[in-house]
Amino acid sequence: MSGIIAQNSGRHTGLVKASSGGGGVWNLIKTYTASSDSDLSFVDGTDGVDFTAYDEFVFKFSDIHPSNASTRFSFNGSIDAGSNYNVTKTTTMFIAGHIEDDSDALLTYQTGDDLAQSTSFQDLAAYGESETANDGCLAGTLHLFGLSDTTFVKHFIARTNYMAAGGPYSVDSYTAGYFNTTSAIDAIQFKFSSNNIDAGTISLYGIS
Amino acid sequence: MTGIVAQNVGRTSGLIKSAGGGGGVWTKIKEITASSDSDISFVDGTDDVVLDSTYPIYVFKFINLHPSNDDVKIGFQGSTDTGSSYGVTLTSTVFLAYHDESDSGTALTQSTTRDEAQSSSFQDIIDDLGNDNDQSASGELWLFSPSSTTYVKHWVSTIQIYNSGNNSVIFKTGGYFNTTSAIDAIQFKCTEGSGGAGNIDAGKIKLYGLGDS
Repeated sequence: MSGIIAQNSGRHTGLVKASSGGGGVWNLIKTYTASSDSDLSFVDGTDGVDFTAYDEFVFKFSDIHPSNASTRFSFNGSIDAGSNYNVTKTTTMFIAGHIEDDSDALLTYQTGDDLAQSTSFQDLAAYGESETANDGCLAGTLHLFGLSDTTFVKHFIARTNYMAAGGPYSVDSYTAGYFNTTSAIDAIQFKFSSNNIDAGTISLYGIS
Repeated sequence: MTGIVAQNVGRTSGLIKSAGGGGGVWTKIKEITASSDSDISFVDGTDDVVLDSTYPIYVFKFINLHPSNDDVKIGFQGSTDTGSSYGVTLTSTVFLAYHDESDSGTALTQSTTRDEAQSSSFQDIIDDLGNDNDQSASGELWLFSPSSTTYVKHWVSTIQIYNSGNNSVIFKTGGYFNTTSAIDAIQFKCTEGSGGAGNIDAGKIKLYGLGDS
């Protein structure tokens, strides 16, 4: 390198030479803000979403708040651009929890919330239902790998923290598994097991 | 933004506007696609790899690693002599959760057979990986301050596995290279499997550097 490019190497202002490796950037693709929505869906080819563009995608959840009690935040995939959300999955789920009054704490596998070759929605918050107090919400991340691949299953890894009813508890929830399909996943939907997503944002990033 | 800067937004070549906020950017350093490789190594100063004080944190991403043999362990080790040898003393923890497709078995457990105590062996970060055509493993490994000459070098990994017994396995390791020498190379390879360790047949390993200035 020579000239202004060389002079700006390593700088974080002005003009620099783009990464020759083709990125390393968390590329924000789309953010949806919930407003009493029954679901939020990210569909390939809609609103700038392209699930073929990256090897890894990350969803970020912020302030996800349910409209009613007795409900759990969950997700599923689609192989037909959102016509159906029912891809077969096998998953694990474990949590660490701690009640606000300090009378209980736990680290446990959640046998009732994992899936074995099931097409159901996968919970991302398992220990009790989400708290519906005004300040109760969920935050976290969901990583998905190789969604457009047509050779391998599609792995995912999620971690959320949320305020669970019944305490309330602070629950650190770990979900992982695979969509057991070699078809491309071209849409992802999030919803509560019942009622609406009252508020919150979900952002989709592609990792280049 | 206007002019050429605006035109180059999102590009991966040419001139772009530097990240604002003083850094914190993920920089992709190197991507290697496996093709029946006995090992995959990232050596500072070789093939455009940077693994020195340039970044305080390095992240390896694994996309659909697929082995030639069944029931395979994939491990990693560090080097303090730019890849001449991979055998740094390390101490680690391993825990995992699994669930089989027939819904007959689940567990969340610490694995005392897969951890290491002051060992120079490769640390397994993937266990029992299957080699059916659709079986693979994906995840990440974070390595902190490998160039420090004061402290040990910590890492944490999280990898999701479709294993040989048709289980979904989330496999987590953490530990440290117990050395105050700089780590300047990292190697990944199959360490054990049915019929031998075999090769990494397919998949990608990407190395990122995370800036802090």
